Amino acid sequence: MNNNLLNVIIAGLKLTTPTALASGILGYSAESMQAVAESGAGAVVTKSVGVTPRMGYANPTVVQAKTGLINAVGMANPGINEYIKEISYAKTILQVPLIVSVYGYSAEEYALVSKKAAEAGADAVELNVSCPHVKYTGSEIGQNPKLLRDVICKVKAEVRKPVIVKLSPNVTDIVEIADGAAKAGADALTVINTVRAMAIDAETTLPVLSNIRGGLSGPAIKPIALRCVYDIAECVKTPILGCGGISDWRDAVEFLLAGASAVQIGTAIATEKPSLFQDINRGVTAYVKRKGFRSVNEIVGKSHHA
Amino acid sequence: MSANLTTLNTLRTTQIVDLKTETDTVKTFTVKDNLCSKAQPGQFLMLWIPGIDEIPLSIQNAGDGEASVTVKAVGDATRHLHEMKTGQTVGIRGPFGTYFTESRGRVLMVGGGTGTAPLLFLAKKLAAKADRLSFVIGAKTKNDLLFLKDLDAVCTEESVHATTEDGSYGLKCLATEPLEKLFDKEKFNIIYTCGPEQMIRKVFDLAEKRKIAMEASLERLMRCGIGLCGSCVIGKYRVCRDGPVFNLAQLSHVKDELGISKLGFDGSVIPI
Repeated sequence: MNNNLLNVIIAGLKLTTPTALASGILGYSAESMQAVAESGAGAVVTKSVGVTPRMGYANPTVVQAKTGLINAVGMANPGINEYIKEISYAKTILQVPLIVSVYGYSAEEYALVSKKAAEAGADAVELNVSCPHVKYTGSEIGQNPKLLRDVICKVKAEVRKPVIVKLSPNVTDIVEIADGAAKAGADALTVINTVRAMAIDAETTLPVLSNIRGGLSGPAIKPIALRCVYDIAECVKTPILGCGGISDWRDAVEFLLAGASAVQIGTAIATEKPSLFQDINRGVTAYVKRKGFRSVNEIVGKSHHA
Repeated sequence: MSANLTTLNTLRTTQIVDLKTETDTVKTFTVKDNLCSKAQPGQFLMLWIPGIDEIPLSIQNAGDGEASVTVKAVGDATRHLHEMKTGQTVGIRGPFGTYFTESRGRVLMVGGGTGTAPLLFLAKKLAAKADRLSFVIGAKTKNDLLFLKDLDAVCTEESVHATTEDGSYGLKCLATEPLEKLFDKEKFNIIYTCGPEQMIRKVFDLAEKRKIAMEASLERLMRCGIGLCGSCVIGKYRVCRDGPVFNLAQLSHVKDELGISKLGFDGSVIPI
């Protein structure tokens, strides 16, 4: 979309639209990410990649809840040594920034994978310190301020590209965690990852997900995510990518007003039309114009001064 | 959230109401499910074997509040399913995905192995509509040929051509072998195919060369079934959402992968 009004710069990344593809969604192959970019996404985030391949969990890995989805895919990924081929290929076809999501079981692993991703051409890395369903990584790191600080510092020492940190809502005080991440050097924060949840089938009496516990996404978590963005924006200066249940332009605008500089979209890709990104971009443009602003940047954090 | 998708994607637990042994390794299971009973030929459902796994299966028949799937015991999930009995509980999501267009005129179907199942569903619907309905069916050996009698009943007389790899029944060759001769002899308006992907690839190459319309139902590793997880992508398409039924024009965009490679459970590219 050639529309300067929607241009944003976040952590040095130039986005032509403020709507990005969230991690975990369609993020294996360069071609599927390119399809999403062509549909209007301003940036794409890959699936989370680690040092070694992971097969993920047995199905069921995704369960429908009344107003959202619960997933425990289990961070299936081919490992960074294999995935760098896809990163290099993606860079040859993508016109938007490529953000590689990274996980590890130690600060050293996060740093190693981030370094390889950046060398392969990633425009930024997003540290997954918030996946709620894999042991010894993800939110088990993001819930521990000391570990989190160590991870960010080690990655920053290895990588010159922007380092984005994706936060978990499954903490007592997300502002404290965000503040710690900012002080450790995070260039931007993605707020939020999924909310820990589960589903039980009454007839069989069994938990449905093979992993029992997973993460809730979709409209159900939007108000939670919005509050997290608002709270963090109030106290922390680091730019925010809002994420959680965004499925139309009004949701996106609300996140920008709460203090996000851009948003990420995931679950709605399944539930809404293929024109989702374009529809949201158009809706945001119309809103910005109707309210008399020249740029989407002018509405960021507006609710705080209302 | 789209109300329709939420409804289709909500897990329903239901009973196996009928079970038919087709061959030594293939059984057809019928379950009660109102939503899947309205499925179109080519669509699939996600079947949950409680406590074991959840797998995508092509729908073999649908109607009267029921849907059937034909399953070969090949892995852990399908072997567990084969041990289940009538009255036992399974979970269902769907129906999902695109379906075969119901073309009139002169129709050819090419089915390999359990890929014959969704084509039988389509053939039953087309029997009254098509001018001519021919079928090439292939399997490893005579005992693996599925639905021969059913196909004979719905196809045009003497238009079901069977092939087996060991020559135990019909022609001793792959299902794609008789096609060139058939095309020389007869004009077809459309080819529908489902089965092993190398077979689909050969049918595609022939259809492209001879400029015959074609639709194929593809199979990939699937997790979510609703177009989110990316496990089943081929080129820019998601097999669960943009497929599983693709036409010739769409297939020509994925020539680099069709019959050649797919994604494994860890998202790495593996040969087919």
